[in-house]
Amino acid sequence: MLRRNWWKILSFLLLLYTFTAGFLGNVPAKPILNETIRNLYFHVAMWFGMMIFFIVSLLYSLKYLRHNNPVHDIRAVEFARTGIVFGSLGLLTGSIWARWAWGAFWSNDPKQIGAAVALLIYLAYFVLRNSLTDRDKSARISAVYNVFAFAMLFPTIWIIPRMVESLHPGGMGNPALDTNDIDSRMRVIFWFGAIPGWTLLGLWITNLRTRIQLLSLNQESNV
Amino acid sequence: MTTIRHILTLFKKEVLLEFRQQYSFYGVLLYVASTIFVLYLAMGQPENTVWNGLFWMMQLFICVNAVAKSFLQESRGRQLYFYSLCHPVHFMLAKMIFNAVLMLLMSMVSLVLFLLFLGSPLSHALIFIGVSCFGAMSISLVFSFLAAIAARAQQNAALMAILGFPLIIPELMLLMRMSGIAFSDVFQSGLISIILLLFCFDIMVVLLSIILFPFLWKD
Repeated sequence: MLRRNWWKILSFLLLLYTFTAGFLGNVPAKPILNETIRNLYFHVAMWFGMMIFFIVSLLYSLKYLRHNNPVHDIRAVEFARTGIVFGSLGLLTGSIWARWAWGAFWSNDPKQIGAAVALLIYLAYFVLRNSLTDRDKSARISAVYNVFAFAMLFPTIWIIPRMVESLHPGGMGNPALDTNDIDSRMRVIFWFGAIPGWTLLGLWITNLRTRIQLLSLNQESNV
Repeated sequence: MTTIRHILTLFKKEVLLEFRQQYSFYGVLLYVASTIFVLYLAMGQPENTVWNGLFWMMQLFICVNAVAKSFLQESRGRQLYFYSLCHPVHFMLAKMIFNAVLMLLMSMVSLVLFLLFLGSPLSHALIFIGVSCFGAMSISLVFSFLAAIAARAQQNAALMAILGFPLIIPELMLLMRMSGIAFSDVFQSGLISIILLLFCFDIMVVLLSIILFPFLWKD
């Protein structure tokens, strides 16, 4: 399925739709948020993408631990890499939004801290990988760390930020994805345009990188 | 039954090793004492929040130093020897118990030194002692597993800090919130939910270590 082209075209069309409808479509007028509500299509979609890629990366790491197949290891790494790119973009779009909604790029909000820590955890994964020269060993140890890191990621971005006061939408009575805050037009663009569009784009990037890595793996084994 | 006996035997081995090679134990103690003394020279008697923050940062660094050696000290040959003797899960559990006890001891020593040098702003001393015991154990569990990873990665102690610091931030944040309660005169709610969360966190770490350690072990 990944060799086909239809999903790449679909990704392009969905993103075209997201950008056009996202910037030109009507949005509900909310106090404070105003037009920044359009960030939903970009910022929130990034976190969805990041979470999906980290979960896929985790699954490939588990697969690697079971079967010891280097292809699984490469896929796990590349999905984690794309996850980090999406997470960084999520943090960036979030802080640009926060500049206008909260008054500062960074205000030590628990959600901001959680997101930054999540990225650090995954950056450490790459440090660990690169510190090991033996391919087999590096693959196994980093797979173990990936499983551990994912388990630690969960409280970091899902549980703790929910327990403390936060300015971020979705907590403490602030607006978020529920029915009162975004209308059906926005919901259609978000769920059918932005989320699948960005996720497919990430999949495409990952797929390209994985293919490069697989080629170099083949080259190595042929030499 | 045999499982518990195996773990106990391994635990005794760790304690015995510690007694035979006391320099490392005293080394960490000296590290604790001198760091706290430097803190005292630098800031005298700081405010409550600074006191609390410094205390937990101190625990973090003690833990990295005390726990790192538990795996890093062992040579490849000795690891191979253990591999042929015992089950990896028993080995890991014994290490974790030992590290938790060691860390408990160190954190109590550092607490006493903190109270001695940096003043005692605690209004609920018992709560703080409880929180720091609990926290010391939680931190040591996470770092035990990371030490096992770092030991596989060419005995690299610096790696442990790189891997550990991001992972430990959420836990430290919870611990600081929790211990902050001990400073104010008004008793705040929310303690129970944090304790429960940390407890679940600890259980998760132990379970993951049990599941994942055998993969690190075979080489």
